[in-house]
Amino acid sequence: MSEHAEGQQQHPIAIYFWIWGLLFVLSTFSYLVDYFEFHGMVRWTLILIFMFLKAGFIIAVFMHMMWERLALIYAILLPPLLLLVLIGLMSVEGKYVNSIRSTFFDPPAASAGHVEKSETP
Amino acid sequence: MQEATSTGSTIEQHGHAGLVADWAADKQTFTMPWGKAMMWIFLLSDTFIFSCFLTGYMSVRTTTTTPWPVPSEVFALTIAGHHIPLILIAIMTFILISSSGSMAMAVNCGYRGERKKTALLMVITALFGASFVGMQAFEWTKLIVEEGIRPWGNPLGAPQFGSSFFMITGFHGMHVSIGVIYLLVVAFKVWRGDYVSRGYEIVEITGLYWHFVDLVWVFIFAFFYLW
Repeated sequence: MSEHAEGQQQHPIAIYFWIWGLLFVLSTFSYLVDYFEFHGMVRWTLILIFMFLKAGFIIAVFMHMMWERLALIYAILLPPLLLLVLIGLMSVEGKYVNSIRSTFFDPPAASAGHVEKSETP
Repeated sequence: MQEATSTGSTIEQHGHAGLVADWAADKQTFTMPWGKAMMWIFLLSDTFIFSCFLTGYMSVRTTTTTPWPVPSEVFALTIAGHHIPLILIAIMTFILISSSGSMAMAVNCGYRGERKKTALLMVITALFGASFVGMQAFEWTKLIVEEGIRPWGNPLGAPQFGSSFFMITGFHGMHVSIGVIYLLVVAFKVWRGDYVSRGYEIVEITGLYWHFVDLVWVFIFAFFYLW
């Protein structure tokens, strides 16, 4: 591991080829999730695993984050964790709005479509 | 001389002692060119923008009671008589990953001082990016003209599909287009020899932006096209 005092990022070229190949493989896997028509929890879990692996490799190696000093790593990677609060709140709110809409505003859900709707999930 | 040695000693510290020293010592916090630190800050703000878009997409998709169109069917293509789901998006994904790879090579060549090779690799990256935008234009045309999808509605189901699709992929496509221009400008300046004496940090900074565009696509691909 070479770390230059000027903040330059110079690493063996082989690691980039490895990550390049890995990203291709992971992308193929996430495409195959759709191709083989996985559904439900399996599909979502696989999609998220491949997504986080790809994102992690791009940030860590291509963007050189794993060789940076902790001062930058924390400054950049910690603030986005706040988004989890937003996602959580919007998810709860979204489900509530959906239930209200299905109950009061959606004519098919209130009449004949209701039976069909409850069968689908 | 005294200053140089004291800076050197804080650089030597790693881990959390180094973190405290970087933030608390009477010195520059980020040991890197200011342009690189600012690019990281910009990318952090861009992370929040795209996250808000994707969270908004999640919201409208949860709240709607109309069925959501199946992305793998909407984005299917018939190639040589075969109906392949989501194939265009898969090709676009591989193109963007390849462009990220060639960008990483460009950064590497830049720091080794190979001026022409760096410029060439950046132009290749820009060409990958341009072909990505071209495919996106094809995809948009197909959706607007053939499928009749509009930002305010579509014949396939929930109208929110159109609005979130055009906003999210449009904003990402705009980032790619700006990235292509940025790459070509920097590649031209590298080729001209502007950075022979100044150093090639600018290539790494451009690379950060480009990898981020690829990174955003990873999330759009997962949440919009696969979910």
